[in-house]
Amino acid sequence: MPTPNTPIWEVFIRSRNGLSHRHAGSLHAADATLALQAARDLYTRRGEGLSLWVVPSSAIIASDPQDKGMMFEPTASKIYRHPTFYEVPEEVGHM
Amino acid sequence: MYTQALNQRSDGEERSLEDADDLARFQARIDAEERIEANDWMPAAYRRTLIRQISQHAHSEIVGMLPEGNWITRAPSLRRKAALLAKVQDECGHGLYLYAAAETLGTSREELVDQLLAGRAKYSSIFNYPTLTWADMGTIGWLVDGAAIMNQIPLCRCSFGPYARAMVRVCKEESFHQRQGYEIMLTLARGNEAQKAMAQDALDRWWWPCLMMFGPPDTVSQHSDASMKWKIKRFSNDELRQKFIDATVPQAQYLGLTLPDPELRFEDGHWQHGPIDWDEFTRVIAGNGACNRDRMTARRRAHAEGEWVREAASAFAAKRAQRAAA
Repeated sequence: MPTPNTPIWEVFIRSRNGLSHRHAGSLHAADATLALQAARDLYTRRGEGLSLWVVPSSAIIASDPQDKGMMFEPTASKIYRHPTFYEVPEEVGHM
Repeated sequence: MYTQALNQRSDGEERSLEDADDLARFQARIDAEERIEANDWMPAAYRRTLIRQISQHAHSEIVGMLPEGNWITRAPSLRRKAALLAKVQDECGHGLYLYAAAETLGTSREELVDQLLAGRAKYSSIFNYPTLTWADMGTIGWLVDGAAIMNQIPLCRCSFGPYARAMVRVCKEESFHQRQGYEIMLTLARGNEAQKAMAQDALDRWWWPCLMMFGPPDTVSQHSDASMKWKIKRFSNDELRQKFIDATVPQAQYLGLTLPDPELRFEDGHWQHGPIDWDEFTRVIAGNGACNRDRMTARRRAHAEGEWVREAASAFAAKRAQRAAA
């Protein structure tokens, strides 16, 4: 009999005070409590974190790589969104 | 290496079904050193090669817990025991990172584990050798993990993002393994005659199997071409084996131990080795090494004995979800 599938969770770790949680990887667990315990054992064996989030993988909505152009390309032409687009005379100093 | 037994299947048919433009775009991305992510378009053969390679690698980590697990209760001191326990726990972690990387390609961990238990998947030949003495713990850390690092460092730059990222984590941890192994060897080598003899005996038994870990020589290795083209693999089996030997010979000399190869000599800037017994390698890969049956029996038993835990956890989760909904 094939082994039944256990839900997958994505793990996020806050590595230091003041930093945001970052994706570390994924794991399998039957529920949230077990997922947190497994995340601790699997991803923080060497003091990698101060705080953990686990999120069911199925809850993540991802953009489609095929839409990459449509989603992100238009920003490339909007160089006026960057500070270096604007000229400030040298005499004015750092701005 | 941990994936020595990739069986090559003809993928000519698939290729004819895939769009030539897609294939060219894909190869251009690879050539430009871009990373391929799980949802990106990829040739079916690339996906299949990776699923096989990553899952064999994962299985190797999991089965690799057994030879060392054998010595946890008999470690000579609490310090050694704690270190060995941590190392074996790391191997389990490595297996899980790798299964997770394989899963991004559209297969489930459970499916991969079932393949291993059914005897339809391979793992590294090295774990089919027995661990007879405490010195084997030193030799495994020093040589087996040393060989693994040689192989895994270039995999950190593998074209498939999830595999490369898993390898970065693994490599960081693997360095502790090698150092703890070398320290065990150093302690034995500086010990009394019996301890020194124990270290030498372990080295004699493990040296050749470690060289086999890198897989068949380039002249007969079938799957290298495509893997090189796709930048899954960056160095050939023989290149990696040579790097390993060159790195290891001075370490053995420092220990005052002798590598069991009468033909070993320094020539053309490298340590040249004598002939490797590839018949032994073939036998072990085919399932007839000293411990193949033991290893599979142990994995099957562990899986069967854990079944009630998986069942209970999922029943409990279902009950809680039901109550929350009511």
